[in-house]
Amino acid sequence: MIQKFGYADTELVKTKFPNEDILVRPKAIIECYQEIPCNPCETSCPFNAIMIGSDINHQPVIDYNLCTGCGACVYSCPGLAIMVAQLKQDRAYFKVPYELLPVPKKGDIWHAINRQGEVLCDAKIESVLQNSKTDRTVVITASVPKQYLFDFITVRNKV
Amino acid sequence: MRERDLIIVGGGPAGLSAAKVALESGCSVTLIERANDLGGQLVKQTHKFFGSKSEYAKTRGIDIATILIHDLEPYQDRLEILTNATVVAMYPDYVLSVYSGHDYIKFKANAIIIATGASEKFLVFENNDIPGIYGAGAIQTLMNQYGIMPGRDVVMVGSGNIGLIVSYQLIQAGVNVKAVLEAADHIGGYLVHASKLVRLGVPILTNTTVKRAHGTTKLEKVDTIQLDNHWKEIEGSEETIECDALCISVGLSPLHQLLSMAGVEMIYINELGGMIPKKDEDYETSMPHVYACGDVTGIEEASSAMVEGKIAGLMAAASLGKPHPEFDSRKEEYFHQLTNLRQGPCGIKIRKGLEQAGEMI
Ligand SMILES: Cc1cc2nc3c(=O)[nH]c(=O)nc-3n(C[C@H](O)[C@H](O)[C@H](O)COP(=O)(O)OP(=O)(O)OC[C@H]3O[C@@H](n4cnc5c(N)ncnc54)[C@H](O)[C@@H]3O)c2cc1C
Ligand code: SF4
Ligand code: SF4
Repeated sequence: MIQKFGYADTELVKTKFPNEDILVRPKAIIECYQEIPCNPCETSCPFNAIMIGSDINHQPVIDYNLCTGCGACVYSCPGLAIMVAQLKQDRAYFKVPYELLPVPKKGDIWHAINRQGEVLCDAKIESVLQNSKTDRTVVITASVPKQYLFDFITVRNKV
Repeated sequence: MRERDLIIVGGGPAGLSAAKVALESGCSVTLIERANDLGGQLVKQTHKFFGSKSEYAKTRGIDIATILIHDLEPYQDRLEILTNATVVAMYPDYVLSVYSGHDYIKFKANAIIIATGASEKFLVFENNDIPGIYGAGAIQTLMNQYGIMPGRDVVMVGSGNIGLIVSYQLIQAGVNVKAVLEAADHIGGYLVHASKLVRLGVPILTNTTVKRAHGTTKLEKVDTIQLDNHWKEIEGSEETIECDALCISVGLSPLHQLLSMAGVEMIYINELGGMIPKKDEDYETSMPHVYACGDVTGIEEASSAMVEGKIAGLMAAASLGKPHPEFDSRKEEYFHQLTNLRQGPCGIKIRKGLEQAGEMI
């Protein structure tokens, strides 16, 4: 399925999410579904929460006890395959990598997009992080209604 | 005739890495590059790279080029760099003919490292010569080196990593990518790259290829056709996509011509992209003191090209009687890195190719 169409279906996506009670704190969701020779996620995590091991082809495994949701892996992953998710009341908050222009501003309302590129609902831009560490990748924090927890993947400009 | 100790042909990641290790070993190095700038493929790569820390993973390709070039600075007194200089011939007596500034200059070397990289494969279909039909390399050069938009609506042929990455870069440049066509029944490149595109609304059409192009003075539309799992066209499955550019990204083949010309023993390995030089475990070709590294020895990645370059630099220096002070530990480290990079499922093709070439380490 993902091999043919290039996106993960909800069933596969759910295998990468922890239980909802763990998501009261922000946690990294790593959607790296293939063994590829790559490991910046592991080497960039300041809390050693991501494990790949000596064979860099192994898929990353996350330890939710160690992950603080800091977001360093979000901008370090060259595959843009990592986001940080958190549940607060009736909304889901995400930190996602973004590499297009224009860059949204805090408070903007953009489209929330699913893994197939379709518009889901409105997304509220909560904050925008861009500094020398993120190396021209912007990390956007956006929120959507909680029901889209397993669907949301990125934001898109409305115009 | 200009006589030199070690000449390296090609200033991509392989050639630059070879130069560094040979310089560290105490050699004098002449690096010859046909382009304006050093860096090879890296200067066109705006994305963050895969791999591990020792190969600069998560650094953008263009920045890796800067690092590799900067690494050579301490050795200026023993390093000669020629850019805009193309090696047009290589002879069995270690003579190279270099075309530079409308002149042919002859060089003779004690040792030679060939790191010429690869050239793009093209695709045969009706009207494939209409303006607006490009190779992926040309699109990247226009867009990322010269800041010129290749078109407004592009169709990409090929879903390998290059097709996927160039599609993503096109979108970053504000171009509309209408579809990525893939003849096989599954996506060729890394799934993370594919997912990046699909979430931006680009459909990846597997079992599909380009049938013909339409347009007189420039490309106006292309017809696609579906293929069955034996790559046979399915009648009645043609569809038309309007576009003003078509980007062909169906693979690379090693730029082996200099080695072939010099009479180095070659072998055709489909898995590695075409003709490659046979080399022993020390990266030496059948011609003594001639080494090869990077994509010219089989299409792979910048990460492996850099490690191979380091090996070639290490070995060439030793063959010139200037072994690196840490020769043994470096050798072990580099071969270990290569094995590690190639050991996963993505390395199957490479491993199979190397085995056929009699090189499995
Ligand atoms: C779109 C794209 C994305 C990529 N992404 C990645 C990635 O994420 N991670 C990764 O590891 N790899 C990636 N690669 C692959 C990587 O760029 C190549 O594998 C790598 O550049 C090969 O290095 P090389 O030095 O062998 O060849 P090249 O980089 O091709 O360099 C060869 C050099 O030799 C010069 N040359 C050739 N013939 C002559 C001659 N006769 N005389 C003088 N000079 C000559 C050329 O001008 C060139 O500068 C990507 C490639 C592309 C195209
Ligand atoms: S969010 Fe921070 S702590 Fe969690 S895995 Fe990523 S880098 Fe590590
Ligand atoms: S950095 Fe990203 S693409 Fe690379 S292994 Fe980690 S999650 Fe996968």
